Amino acid sequence: MFQATPLNAQSYGAEKRVRTLFGLMTLVLGLPVLIILGVLLVKGGPAISVDFLLGDPTNGMTEGGIFPALVGTVWLVAVALLVSVPVGVAAALYLSEYAADTWLTRIINLAIINLAGVPSIVHALFGVGAFVLFFKFGTSILAASLTLAIMTLPVVIVSTREALQAVPMAFREACWNMGATRWQTIRKVVLPNAVSGILTGVILEVSRTAGETAPIMFTGAAFFLPFLPLSVYDQTMALSLHLFVISTQVPNVPESLPYGVALVLIGMVLSMNALSIGFRMYLRGRKKW
Amino acid sequence: MVSPPVDKLSIEGLSVHYGDERAIGPLDFTIRQNEIFGIIGPANSGKTSFLRTLNRMNEFNPEMRVTGTVKMNGRDVNAWRNVYALRRRIGVVFPLPVGLPMSIYDNVALSPSLNGVRKKAALDEVVERCLTRAALWDEVKDRLHTLGSLLSGGQQQRLTIARALSQDPEVLLLDEFSIAVDPVTTMRIEAVLRELKEEMTIVLVTNLVQQARRLADRTAFFLMGECVEVGPTEQLFTDALDPRTKGYVEGDYG
Repeated sequence: MFQATPLNAQSYGAEKRVRTLFGLMTLVLGLPVLIILGVLLVKGGPAISVDFLLGDPTNGMTEGGIFPALVGTVWLVAVALLVSVPVGVAAALYLSEYAADTWLTRIINLAIINLAGVPSIVHALFGVGAFVLFFKFGTSILAASLTLAIMTLPVVIVSTREALQAVPMAFREACWNMGATRWQTIRKVVLPNAVSGILTGVILEVSRTAGETAPIMFTGAAFFLPFLPLSVYDQTMALSLHLFVISTQVPNVPESLPYGVALVLIGMVLSMNALSIGFRMYLRGRKKW
Repeated sequence: MVSPPVDKLSIEGLSVHYGDERAIGPLDFTIRQNEIFGIIGPANSGKTSFLRTLNRMNEFNPEMRVTGTVKMNGRDVNAWRNVYALRRRIGVVFPLPVGLPMSIYDNVALSPSLNGVRKKAALDEVVERCLTRAALWDEVKDRLHTLGSLLSGGQQQRLTIARALSQDPEVLLLDEFSIAVDPVTTMRIEAVLRELKEEMTIVLVTNLVQQARRLADRTAFFLMGECVEVGPTEQLFTDALDPRTKGYVEGDYG
């Protein structure tokens, strides 16, 4: 006949309490997200319209739309990606597939992690010094995007390296044993199986880049500029900076306007994340081992 | 008139260390062209470490340090500047099967296509020949474009053998190939190996003493990193020079 000992009962009780605690923590975590989304939808929702999305800001930015800022954010993110993805993926490939574990590669790894910890305002000042002044790009999309790219490089490198290292070593060895070079192995076996992880990292980077304000404030984003940029040497408006400006710098802005901008920005970011989740689910469905 | 045996692989003073610890050696023996060379011995006796030195797989593991020489066709394998060309000539089959995450067809066609074979017909021919030899063709011929990594363990093992054969190797290294394969299939592969030795040199590491006896022309007995004895297989099994060999093949320990 089975009889629960006091010790059994004790661990059963602890199990239940711990489980409840963890569950509560998860709820606490979800709450702010729901509140933020709810408030934005209620207060900013009425501001959203076709004119708002596709119109220029008017009347000292207290009325009108956000189209230049929307386009500017897309420019900034796209140019930043064009730089950070090739550089980051190549660096991650080198670190994961070629580099031996030496003091030098350890220092490089440490540097990458530290770069990820540098506050964005410091990146902004670096961007001013390096790209605006030293390379004489001026305040431009190019300077702002390069600053954003440097800021997000560590994220790309780390997420890419993790994706690469999730590919089992046995696959590489099997390929090398056939006389495949490292590059042939990367092309045929490693990259095809890491691409979903790499793209997930890239998409997360997009959402982070789109929301950053400090790095672009001094390097290329304009306070008010109701024209669309024509090249990477132009300045541009950006959603994140626009939100900052109309919330704090401009008097007499109706309340719904900043909420509307915030809603558009968060909508962009969330749809990128949703895309990444959907894409990951699609690729996981085709998982090959 | 029988031509005298040609040395394919010469092992000269070969030792392997992991860190400060010596795993094998020093070893000195030769493996002859077109023979099946069996290596038997209990677990941890250095059989796999030995195989890894032959095509410089030791370079995958920075802990592993090799001294001494391995010569293939009289030339030190470490003198090959192009290690990829060396590895292409040596096929390897590991105990744990690795079906690459690509189609069955691509698994076998990979090596020839990396080697510059582009014609579909030529690749088709290699795929069919190698899969047939590995006793897998009949089971997969209708689904060559399904994933190789989703085959059963035994099928993946035969796929690995087919892949090794697709390299058209001069030397085939087999490390416990039958561990995941059922006895009937094992017998079929053994029959293939007997045919293959006309074309290549086979080094067969096995835990199954009787498999070495069935297949190998000559056999080496490894014990704790040392090569106790090398000799014609029948002699090793019936009239071993060393009492430790005699004890092992008769099943006194192992």
